[in-house]
Amino acid sequence: MKQRRALLKDPLRERYLFNRRAIAAAVLTLLLIAILGSRMAYLQVMRHAHFTTLSTNNRVALQPLAPTRGLIYDRNGVLLAQNIPTFSLELVQERVEDLDATLALIAELIEVSEEDIERFRHDLKRQRRFEAVPLRFRLTDREVALIAVNSHRLPGVEINSSLTRHYPQGALTAHSVGYVGRINVRELKELDPSNYAATTYVGKVGVERSHEAQLHGSVGYQQVETNARGRVLRVLERTPPTPGQNLYLNIDAELQRTAEQAFNGERGSLVAIEPQTGAVLSLVSVPSFDPNLFVNGIDLKTYQTLSDSRDQPLFNRALRGQYPPGSTTKPLLGLAGLELNQITANDSLFCRGWFSLEGDDHRYRDWKKRGHGSINLTGAIVESCDVFFYDLALNLGIDNISSYLGQFGFGRKTNIDIGSEASGLLPSREWKRRVRREPWFPGETLITGIGQGFFLSTPLQLANATAALAAGGKLMQPRVVGATEDPATPGPVPTAAVTLEEAAIRYPANWRRIIQAMVKVVHDSHGTARGISSGLQYKMAGKTGTAQVFGIKQDEEYVAEDIAKRLRDHALFIAFAPADEPKIAVALIVENGGSGGAVAAPIARKVIDHYLLGANQP
Amino acid sequence: MLLSDASTSHSLFRRIHLDPPLLAALLLLAGVGLVILFSASGGSEAQIWRQLTRLGISFGVMLLLAQVSPDTLLRWTHWIFGFGLIMLIAVLIVGDVGKGAQRWLAFGGIRFQPSELMKLAVPMMVAWYFAEKSLPAQTRHSLVALAIVVVPTLLIAKQPDLGTAVLIASSGLFILLFAGLSWRLVGFATLLALPLGWLLWQFGMHDYQRRRVLTFLNPESDPLGSGYHIIQSKIAIGSGGLYGKGWLNGTQSHLEFLPERHTDFIFAVFSEEFGLMGVLLLLAIYLLIVLRGLYIASQAQDTFSRLLAGGLSMTFMVYVFVNIGMVTGLLPVVGVPLPLVSYGGSSMVTLMAAFGILMSIHTHRKLLKN
Repeated sequence: MKQRRALLKDPLRERYLFNRRAIAAAVLTLLLIAILGSRMAYLQVMRHAHFTTLSTNNRVALQPLAPTRGLIYDRNGVLLAQNIPTFSLELVQERVEDLDATLALIAELIEVSEEDIERFRHDLKRQRRFEAVPLRFRLTDREVALIAVNSHRLPGVEINSSLTRHYPQGALTAHSVGYVGRINVRELKELDPSNYAATTYVGKVGVERSHEAQLHGSVGYQQVETNARGRVLRVLERTPPTPGQNLYLNIDAELQRTAEQAFNGERGSLVAIEPQTGAVLSLVSVPSFDPNLFVNGIDLKTYQTLSDSRDQPLFNRALRGQYPPGSTTKPLLGLAGLELNQITANDSLFCRGWFSLEGDDHRYRDWKKRGHGSINLTGAIVESCDVFFYDLALNLGIDNISSYLGQFGFGRKTNIDIGSEASGLLPSREWKRRVRREPWFPGETLITGIGQGFFLSTPLQLANATAALAAGGKLMQPRVVGATEDPATPGPVPTAAVTLEEAAIRYPANWRRIIQAMVKVVHDSHGTARGISSGLQYKMAGKTGTAQVFGIKQDEEYVAEDIAKRLRDHALFIAFAPADEPKIAVALIVENGGSGGAVAAPIARKVIDHYLLGANQP
Repeated sequence: MLLSDASTSHSLFRRIHLDPPLLAALLLLAGVGLVILFSASGGSEAQIWRQLTRLGISFGVMLLLAQVSPDTLLRWTHWIFGFGLIMLIAVLIVGDVGKGAQRWLAFGGIRFQPSELMKLAVPMMVAWYFAEKSLPAQTRHSLVALAIVVVPTLLIAKQPDLGTAVLIASSGLFILLFAGLSWRLVGFATLLALPLGWLLWQFGMHDYQRRRVLTFLNPESDPLGSGYHIIQSKIAIGSGGLYGKGWLNGTQSHLEFLPERHTDFIFAVFSEEFGLMGVLLLLAIYLLIVLRGLYIASQAQDTFSRLLAGGLSMTFMVYVFVNIGMVTGLLPVVGVPLPLVSYGGSSMVTLMAAFGILMSIHTHRKLLKN
């Protein structure tokens, strides 16, 4: 070492040393390049398929496309439910810098209610950070412009347009068409998740609910290319959604309007049916409500006002209101008496104003205190004699009564195509034993004979029974939806009529006698509905009724006069016309209306006039 | 061409002190860089123009330095190194903070990054130190040389700028190796490093640093955090396949899944669009440059030139290996650009200055008859 240090630099030796090291460096370089090359070969050749999949997954996303919901028309093509574009204000949490400040700024620009903010904050928790959460719906053009102008101050705030369900007729058809609303958690579990992947609304009640499958259509999909932030760049492949079917209802919107107006602010319900087909021409339950309130979620205050109202606008009286049918059942009971040979047309009875059972002091009263005197079946229907029908009911017995009336659809659901109906109550011996655990008493047979007691019927059942009577005993399924239309192949396709019960009548002569009696109710000078006969251009068959009011809650706050009004009898009327060739059957009830002949019958006349003679008749 | 000496037929290049093979390879590389940058920047002409300007300046600097003879360089070396060292210390005291690190010094409007100067000054200084010593280097000389390397490396690592620190350390260490550092010592240091590394892991590292290492080892453990870069980069590379998706057709880059796509991760864009075939060509160009550099070193006529040329060539190799290794997931993510291809960076000027020095070394040889 010492020796070498003393040596001068040896250029040749150093050069030799360096060149050896340089060769080592070159080898190292080749090695490193080889490492990189083989790494690349591994990634680009051996794992190519794997990374290609990942790359495709990165950029391609499958997006569901919501189908357009089918439209709903009335029988004449009047639009009852449509889809209109509306603008909503939505926030993407991820892109909003300061949520409170942004909300405050929005509230300065446009109207935002406490409820909106409350609902928004509730929704916010359930959505993912990059999803848009709606704050306000149905922005006006002015509001859209205000937000657009200030958009630079509102990062993460978007205005989105979407199709919203709209009911141009408002409250008019709320109880038949129903409404849609946002899908809730419970519905989400029941619906097909793939078909509803892009859908916001689902039918909640009425036709919207019962025909959900047809109206909804089926979902479409598109494959889209997105960038790293999820923004859609282009559509790669598209399977368009199949739009829902359009529905044509049997309901006539103008007839419906006439009927609703005829109620003149009274509470009640009216159902009109075409006897031969079961087509529901009109389905009125008043007061009603504006279904548009429910589409994007009703605010609590408005909902409470509606649901707490004593007039119960949300209650569908036509389908779910159960009332004693009262004297409107008398024609059917009379028919049962003739058909089961309990009486003949000429049998008469002396009515002295009351009736009592053997060995019992209790007097069952007639509505006419002094009685109707000597009276036969026709007279008893025309004048609505209770005593005659007490006697007839007793002779028939409860078993015959309930089985015969059952053939006209009482006591069971009519199977109407929009669902959610009540089944009413047709009392029987068996029913009382099963439900009340009591034997049947003869007195109960008497009051059943005049449509009181346990007997309950919905306006729909009453109308359908009336239609069946008009059609000679043929009971049809009431149908609100008359035709469907596939948007791909325009032209409505009628739905088929469904017969539930064929002819309960053995001898047409018996039936004709009852119809004649019902015609007299309207046209005879003794008829209980004679008041509507003046100027009648066709022959109408009808029957009045009154139903006693039970179980009304008596709130101390109400003024005495009002209580009296609410304890008044319900007024009922059934009718069909023309009597020889019935085209329309109607049943209606006016709650606390009092007299069937004076209050209910004129409403039926207006509806039937409109239907048979046209809208412009008096 | 690679190993043929520049002779009279290249007298013009000789006169302006340029080495044609090296120049050709560098221009080719810059061209490839511009092509892929156009795609990676999403067709931004502005970025292309800025990059062209930078390339122009860099090639200008190269041409300038090629005119400075190695002898002159040798005389300036300790001044340059001393100046650089003072600047490094100044940066730590009064430097500007940019992107969370103190790297810049501002002289009225002009910003200056001393660590870039040190990329040249450190290898020059080590080569200078060995210039008059007889080789192979003796152990005590090696230790002094090590000190010359370690002090600026630590100063830069403290900024912190890990990428530059790695490059500077390796440039110095490679010169030590070229100076004949005994293999036995190298082996001994490697053996020592293993237990030291274990001790560092156990006691010397913060949790977040350990996490970073673990993420490097298994990027999928943190796919949206620090692992995201490397996962997306591997997807880009792997999905490129043998022939690539075609120029401007890389989905990973154009749909913005790939971060830092026009700077540190531009190699992933290149791989995605040109596939393994393109990659092998690119690697070949880099290999060519490094081998040409080593050849120039072997032809140099004095120790200083020889060591400096060898060191600078291998530093360039480290550049390439660290960047591609990082993009392909072989190495942890440290900010090292792909030389002459990545967009921007004052590093390009330094890099071309180094090639200027290489060309100077090669073209200032005295023609001796053996």
